[in-house]
Amino acid sequence: MGDVRLMKGNEVIAEAAIRCGCDGYFGYPITPQSEIMETLMIRKPEDETGMVVLQAESEVAAINMVYGGASCGKKVMTSSSSPGISLKAEGITYLAGAELPALIVNIVRGGPGLGTIQPAQSDYFQAVKGGGHGDYKLIVLAPASVQEMNDFVDLGFELSFKYLNPAMILSDGVIGQMMEKVELSDYKPRWTDEEIEKISGSWATNGKKAGGERNISTSLDLDSAKQEVFNHKLQAKYRAMEENDVRFEKIACDDADYLFVAYGSSARICQKSVELAREKGIKVGLLRPITLFPYPTKQIQEMLGQVKGILSVEMSAGQMVEDVRLAVEGKVPVEHFGRYGGIIPTPEEVVEALEEKILGK
Amino acid sequence: MAKFKGAIVVDTEKCKGCGLCVVSCPTAVIELARGVNGKGYHYAHMANPDACIGCSSCGLVCPDTVITVYRAKAS
Amino acid sequence: MTATTEINNIISEENLVYKKTDVLLDNEMHYCPGCTHGVIHKVIAEVIEEMDIQDKTIGVSPVGCSVLAYNYLDIDWQQAAHGRAPALATATSRLMPDKYVFTYQGDGDLASIGCAEIMHACNRGENIVVVFVNNAIYGMTGGQMAPTTLEGQVTATSPYGRDCATTGFPMKMSEMVSLLPGTRFVTRQSAETAGAVRKLKKAIRKGFENTREKKGLSFIEIVGTCSSGWKLSPTQSNEWMKENMFPYYPLGTLKDE
Ligand SMILES: Cc1ncc(C[n+]2csc(CCOP(=O)(O)OP(=O)(O)O)c2C)c(N)n1
Ligand code: SF4
Ligand code: SF4
Ligand code: SF4
Ligand SMILES: [Mg+2]
Repeated sequence: MGDVRLMKGNEVIAEAAIRCGCDGYFGYPITPQSEIMETLMIRKPEDETGMVVLQAESEVAAINMVYGGASCGKKVMTSSSSPGISLKAEGITYLAGAELPALIVNIVRGGPGLGTIQPAQSDYFQAVKGGGHGDYKLIVLAPASVQEMNDFVDLGFELSFKYLNPAMILSDGVIGQMMEKVELSDYKPRWTDEEIEKISGSWATNGKKAGGERNISTSLDLDSAKQEVFNHKLQAKYRAMEENDVRFEKIACDDADYLFVAYGSSARICQKSVELAREKGIKVGLLRPITLFPYPTKQIQEMLGQVKGILSVEMSAGQMVEDVRLAVEGKVPVEHFGRYGGIIPTPEEVVEALEEKILGK
Repeated sequence: MAKFKGAIVVDTEKCKGCGLCVVSCPTAVIELARGVNGKGYHYAHMANPDACIGCSSCGLVCPDTVITVYRAKAS
Repeated sequence: MTATTEINNIISEENLVYKKTDVLLDNEMHYCPGCTHGVIHKVIAEVIEEMDIQDKTIGVSPVGCSVLAYNYLDIDWQQAAHGRAPALATATSRLMPDKYVFTYQGDGDLASIGCAEIMHACNRGENIVVVFVNNAIYGMTGGQMAPTTLEGQVTATSPYGRDCATTGFPMKMSEMVSLLPGTRFVTRQSAETAGAVRKLKKAIRKGFENTREKKGLSFIEIVGTCSSGWKLSPTQSNEWMKENMFPYYPLGTLKDE
């Protein structure tokens, strides 16, 4: 066993960043995720690994610092919560358009507007369907435990460098604020200049090499024909993600007659609901998407011969349910159950909703 | 007599005929041509070459950097 | 000796006194005839060549007419969202402290939409050079009013002349940033005469030297023209600039520490 500790989800994000060799964090305080930057400030990674930590003047500046840092081939990240992510939308679409790797953490709170500081999952559309302008996708990872908060920092960077595309960890205040046992990752050194040259030399703007090609980090092409070709390239990249990097977890699905689909903290609640329902004799399983993009569409479809109905459980008014319905294509009933505005549903409520909305049919 | 004799070479196809070199020349060497280049601009040229002292003013102010300047000691 | 043969004698390698630097690429600039952007690009390129820092310089281009600056200077570039160049430059310079990082920004980009980013980059004293091109108008989008547009100046969105009572007053960015302790060198230059271009070059060189010495932020404003936006010829634009811009935006160095 490695370094096992009892830690808060948000603190673990900070710790994992330092340990995975992150070069820079740029953020702006907002509840319920301020502990990420606070932890980094206390840890002073600049002294330890050389990681730069900077409190920016706004989320807009922070994400554009990420764009600058990512352009240098560095591993850079930011974190925020819903209203801040709306401001970051500009920088995120520029990152996607310039094909830059970066990690963005969203510890979601209830909205719209300033909303509440309590947890919610109402930014699914924003994370998965775009959020900024243009045809682009983020790689979206949805942790359901403090352990996954640790693991997905490294995974997020790995996938974002694999595809040269920004990645987002979509979590919420439940997991961000929760204390849980976590096995921290081993330290990886930050990349050296030579390593960056090997990994990202063909695009990183770290100084034109004598006799070599120069690099330009841009999302602009005024020639529509070229812009279309570029868009085709992006779409091909997104199809490759769907082909190769869908992640999910199935719980009690082997004999299931019914299915919950839920991610993140809702999946934790549903895990309890599975037990409660089974005590009542209802054979329900849980499919937990871990990547929200690419979405486990095929994995849901594979369950269709077996299950008679699906309940999508989210702390929103019903966002992911649209993707479940797209996968199911009307073959079995799909309903949504959610609490929102910062209210967390109880496992009992979820079972009642299953009985009422799915079994009742 | 000027101590230096100068000459300029204008890349006439790249010149945009803005005229900034014309007004920058202390000795009124440059004029815009009556004819036009491939882009339709009245390009700059040395209308009064004997007066050029090779001071580089025209080269410095040319936004498109299409002027090359030479200078030699007057014989 | 005829005039032509004499000229041909002068035009030889050993007599060369001024030519385009190799840091400037051969791509034809998309700028309108007489646009000050071209002169400023050239001057930056010459400084990069003279300091021999082509392999260590990263430019950050704005949104504005100079969005495509990366087509002209043969260095690595980042293209920023409108107004955000100082944020990109902040991270780039902090993550690669041995590099020379500069932003190139218009007045709409820097003084309007990017006002927060520039103020805070200046306030933090980032080790970068800011090249600020003040042509008192939004050139790229067709000549609308900028924060720097002069009182009474006619633009597409101030067709009866800028009314300061309702649209505010022309912003003096150099004066504003010179008040911030984070800035080390703040100067306002122009580029309409050979003398002005030489002074501008000195200022830009000083900016990059400040970067080398880790002195912090150098802010170089250039009062320039936009003949298309101003609806004047390039030479008339220079006259208009001297008559109207220079009194309100006086040239000179505001701060050098
Ligand atoms: C977010 C955003 N808003 C508006 C624009 C449109 N736009 C492009 S350039 C520009 C103004 C540029 O003016 P300035 O910075 O003065 O540069 P100039 O063209 O005069 O050199 C505007 C408003 C944009 N590209 N992005
Ligand atoms: S300044 Fe340059 S572009 Fe303008 S007219 Fe003279 S040579 Fe041509
Ligand atoms: S070098 Fe000087 S004198 Fe000769 S044309 Fe140019 S500005 Fe005139
Ligand atoms: S519109 Fe104005 S700023 Fe833009 S290229 Fe033309 S003259 Fe220059
Ligand atoms: Mg402008």
